[in-house]
Amino acid sequence: MSADDVTAAFADGPALVPYVVAGDPSADATERYVEALVDGGADVIELGLPFSEPIADGPTIQEGIRRALDAGMTPERYLDLVRDLDVDVPVVCMTYYNLLLQYGEGDEVETFVEAAADAGVSGLIVPDLPVEESAELEAACEAHDVALIFIVAPTTTAERVERILGRASGFVYVQARMGTTGARTDVSEDTYESLERLPEGDLPYAVGFGVSEREHARAIVEGGADGVVAGSVFVDIVAEAESVEAAAAALREKAAELTAGIADATPGGAPEPETTK
Amino acid sequence: MSRRETAADAETNAGASAGKFGRYGGQYVPEVLMPAVEELTDAYERYVLENEDGFVDDFRERLRDFGGRPTPLGRADNLSERYGIDVYLKREDLLHGGAHKLNNALGQVLLAKYMGKERIIAETGAGQHGTATAMAAAYLDMPCEIYMGRTDINRQRPNVFRMRTHGAEVNPVTVGSGTLKEATNEAMRDWATTVENTHYVIGSVVGPHPFPTMVREFQSVISEEAREQAREQLGGLPAAVIACAGGGSNTMGAFHEFVGDEDVDLYAVEAGGSGLGVEESENYAPNSASLGTGSVGVLHGAKTKLLQTVEGQIVESHSVSAGLDYAGVGPELAHLVDEGRVTPVNVGDDAALAAFHRLSREEGIIPALESSHAIAYLEAYEGDGPVIVNVSGRGDKDLDTVIEESEKRDLDEAPDMEVFRA
Repeated sequence: MSADDVTAAFADGPALVPYVVAGDPSADATERYVEALVDGGADVIELGLPFSEPIADGPTIQEGIRRALDAGMTPERYLDLVRDLDVDVPVVCMTYYNLLLQYGEGDEVETFVEAAADAGVSGLIVPDLPVEESAELEAACEAHDVALIFIVAPTTTAERVERILGRASGFVYVQARMGTTGARTDVSEDTYESLERLPEGDLPYAVGFGVSEREHARAIVEGGADGVVAGSVFVDIVAEAESVEAAAAALREKAAELTAGIADATPGGAPEPETTK
Repeated sequence: MSRRETAADAETNAGASAGKFGRYGGQYVPEVLMPAVEELTDAYERYVLENEDGFVDDFRERLRDFGGRPTPLGRADNLSERYGIDVYLKREDLLHGGAHKLNNALGQVLLAKYMGKERIIAETGAGQHGTATAMAAAYLDMPCEIYMGRTDINRQRPNVFRMRTHGAEVNPVTVGSGTLKEATNEAMRDWATTVENTHYVIGSVVGPHPFPTMVREFQSVISEEAREQAREQLGGLPAAVIACAGGGSNTMGAFHEFVGDEDVDLYAVEAGGSGLGVEESENYAPNSASLGTGSVGVLHGAKTKLLQTVEGQIVESHSVSAGLDYAGVGPELAHLVDEGRVTPVNVGDDAALAAFHRLSREEGIIPALESSHAIAYLEAYEGDGPVIVNVSGRGDKDLDTVIEESEKRDLDEAPDMEVFRA
């Protein structure tokens, strides 16, 4: 799979992009979970590579990362896990910049990108890497046909949006609210405002941060999004399930619920405030 | 403020990364924080570098009237005799609050006020930076919340009380080892949520640009005074300046004005803890010597030297001194070490404790355990005099730790510990 496959996953209507932490609670379980999410309707899988200092993540995903690290997940095992996955949707790796830098010899990121592409990773999301620091990673992603996905936040200025779109590929991750990741019970007004001020472009806009229910997915797509990212709600399911089997069944069910929410959205039928898309 | 600015001060052109010191520094933060970091950079340049609205004059006046600056440079007669060279002590322990931390905290809280921010947050390890921030926030009438690891709260109870006394809220952080690294993560998460009305007062020369440059700028009053005092009292420059280094704020503060004086040797004394190296399988380093023994990586917004595993997970560091117990270090200091301008050395827990007792007994000054590392390096120092040692803080906050750790060790320098066994 390639960078274009990530974009193409949004071509047949709004996409569902679920996130789980690789190795939470084991690599074998993660394999099952990814399959379950795809069964439930996932169009892209966002698979977390755990880092010890996840400053962009809220408590739920922090705990998932802690469980995965305690169970021995490493970048090498992560790539083995991706290689072993038997799914036909693109896999996007979400991790922090230091792990990319440390992979292989010396202080560079291309070794990781090359190994990731070889293992079947189609895209990268690096939440502690703003566009200003991303030249080296962009070059490596370009060279190995891996999408480089950037986050646009509620605080991102128009000037910064332009700068980010100039370097992004795959899709654009629209952060729906301030703060860190974590399931919420409502859709933030920031979501609509964020979508409104984004220009029409070649890349799909997927909205995340706080998505946990069918109604959220519907509202986000009605607000003009091309995709819905959900993470903490799935990591919660993994944390609470009594067995791998039970977790896989619940993940499938939740993914199907969000897929149904996306389908509920009437194309073009916008909630207030009006959107541009 | 100081006339010696680095390339990082000027380099803020849009679209390129800002605040680089050689290969180190930069702005590795989530997008949600980037506009705030840009706003802060702009405010730093206008108010601090260009003295807009008389900020610098206001700051200097408050450092004097509230902080008690200048702090003295005094000759340590008994240590001078012991080592056969002139030893001078820069007395940051006499700054209000008992440590150099107020220089930065007052500067940043005042800057936040000039920027129109309504709320202050900070992380703290030992509680010294949290206390200094809480003092400055009380003084300047700003609401203040401090993030502090649960482990640190338990071992630094007097400082927790001091912060609360000044009206600050102390938010315990329970994840991980519950120390400075986790407190910093949590403060950054708070800032990512509240950035529009909140200023995050980082406590050391770490974090994304402009923090390393800005904190160094506020702390460089130490070397500005020391250099002037040396000219007056020594008739010239010292042969060396010695300061302890955790994150590196007292270090950069004590070094900055001497960096251009090539004949002045600069020694950054890190915590050697109970041994050097990283225990990979344990995700643990029994020391905090990132500058001398760490490897290049990205943590808390900057590329710098870190204590990490081969794979890039940040390890838990150790030092008997909570204020030095951090897996990273300021990017400018890392660069000055690469350039050969600063020499990183380290002192273990035992030697630091011995130095704590030695200075207390021989000079009548109880130093912070952090500063005790700098004092301890005099035992190994083989260069010429005169030397200036930065006494970054006073040791009253460390007495419980010192009693407990001295008992374990039977130190020759310590007083008879029998009286404490109740």
